[in-house]
Amino acid sequence: MVQPGSGAGGYQRGGRVSRLEARFVLQRRGGFRLDIDLSLPGAGVSVLFGPSGCGKTTVLRCLAGLAQAEEGHLRLGERCWQDSETGRWVPTHRRPIGYVFQEASLFPHLSVAGNLAFARKRGAEPDGDDGDLIDLLGIGPLMTRRPAQLSGGERQRVAIARALATAPRVVLMDEPLAALDGARKAEILPFLERLHRELAVPVVYVTHSMDEVVRLADWLVVMADGRAVSTGPVTEVLSDVASSLASSDDASVALDAEVVGHDAEYGLSRLDVDGVELWIAGLERPLGTRLRIRIHARDVSVALFRPDGSSITNILPSVVEALAPAGAHQCTVRLRMGNGARLLARLTRRSCDLLALAPGAVVYAQIKGVVPIN
Amino acid sequence: MPELKIGPEDWLAIGLTARLAAVTLVVLFVIGTPLAWWLARSRSAAASVVSALVAVPLVLPPTVLGFYLLVLLGPQGPVGRLTESIGLGTLPFTFAGLVVASTLFSLPFVVQPLQSSFAALGERMLEAAATLRAGPLDTFLHVVVPLCRPGFLSAAVLGFAHTVGEFGVVLMMGGNIPGETQVLSIAIYNRVEAFEYDHAHLLAGGLLVFSFVSLLALQWFNRGRAPAGISGADA
Repeated sequence: MVQPGSGAGGYQRGGRVSRLEARFVLQRRGGFRLDIDLSLPGAGVSVLFGPSGCGKTTVLRCLAGLAQAEEGHLRLGERCWQDSETGRWVPTHRRPIGYVFQEASLFPHLSVAGNLAFARKRGAEPDGDDGDLIDLLGIGPLMTRRPAQLSGGERQRVAIARALATAPRVVLMDEPLAALDGARKAEILPFLERLHRELAVPVVYVTHSMDEVVRLADWLVVMADGRAVSTGPVTEVLSDVASSLASSDDASVALDAEVVGHDAEYGLSRLDVDGVELWIAGLERPLGTRLRIRIHARDVSVALFRPDGSSITNILPSVVEALAPAGAHQCTVRLRMGNGARLLARLTRRSCDLLALAPGAVVYAQIKGVVPIN
Repeated sequence: MPELKIGPEDWLAIGLTARLAAVTLVVLFVIGTPLAWWLARSRSAAASVVSALVAVPLVLPPTVLGFYLLVLLGPQGPVGRLTESIGLGTLPFTFAGLVVASTLFSLPFVVQPLQSSFAALGERMLEAAATLRAGPLDTFLHVVVPLCRPGFLSAAVLGFAHTVGEFGVVLMMGGNIPGETQVLSIAIYNRVEAFEYDHAHLLAGGLLVFSFVSLLALQWFNRGRAPAGISGADA
């Protein structure tokens, strides 16, 4: 954990929490129209999720002042950065933001240290020390190199450190992993997860990858055609059967869990998910580790009676909350477990009819796969 | 045959030429840098008109430019009357007049390399600087200038060398006054007129070597630092 007051303060947890309130209306030539209201929490990671061209990057650019919505307003706590009614407009260089572009966009004429110093000098804490940031992102050995001498993943880590070196009040990340291949992504994600845990300032993160949503999001805004189609805590939005997410092949829920036991003989770990017990295989983490798990809808099936002699370990009594069709022949079913947390199950319509599933029905959810994601 | 060496009047011409090229270069950067910035970033119709106007000296015979300047800045011309009425006198046949003429004449040689390097820089570096709290001037000095160094260097060498090498405009505008408007190219012309070919060789050869060496140095310098990875995108 980064120690508060060690010089690089301001980006650790514990700062004053101020919500990000925004409304942007923007008409582009060619017919694209952005019309969105946002109220994002003042801590944690808010993910703007949606397909290419849905306007999520435009929203981020409006937040940064790199694009200007014709109509709208933007407030971070007490500060107002834009208000089209009063004509108020704060240019990008006067907004205390940190921005990470899809491509690292480091200054090629400066070394890594020079890039960090450029940001530090102009930021809110010019006398601060970058030591913690350098450790957090593992870029110590790269300080004297030029951007051209770095790999894509290294560049992106430096870009993240550079954005944080200004001691921003909000961090904006525009698909920071999209330009990287699978191996590079895997290299950066643990750093992003660390930031997620250790950063005090809110992060607004744009992505079209469900994997990144499940790994990083606390708050989720699903966008389509320039609008927000669903908004809320990530667990709620993911388990909303009416949303487009629930009908996709990727439909899944994310749950926060803690390791509470091990079965060394079978290589299983016992997880506590807010009062519900789940077993997971192949997780070698010490007791007390907190982690997020993902359960795909396609890995959950439903039985009316507690099955005896099933090969499935995780069988949980649940109540059917809602059903929605997913494609022509399948259904997504939302289940509420004993602790109130939701699961999604992907069933065939035939099974739904045979079992006469309807809201309120008491069933047993059989979970075939629990995937740890950090 | 008299001993062949560079005499005091030659030194006068060389000194004058160097002074003219240096003063002109300063004026060129003061005018040319914001002009090139605007041309590189504006998409307005006015920009293409101005861009063409700036390039006119590339194709126009220098005597034509010199002739119009003479008419415009002379005692009967509109600008000449203005400069006289505010007590500046008229500009033709003065050093100041040569600076004005050289600036117009060499403008494309400064504006075009700057404009193309500003255009190649792209928007992203400027956006990145803005998100790091750098204001416009800060960004220009600490991001644009270092990244466009080859452009600035080309502009400086071409602007200087081109001013050193001008003849027609000077002849029309400045005439042939030693120490005031008699630049090196005019001095060479005088030698040739007087059939002093050996002396003309000396000065002409010197100019040839100077031009060649400055362009060669520019080539080497700009090759050494190709503007790699300006966009910062992954290779």
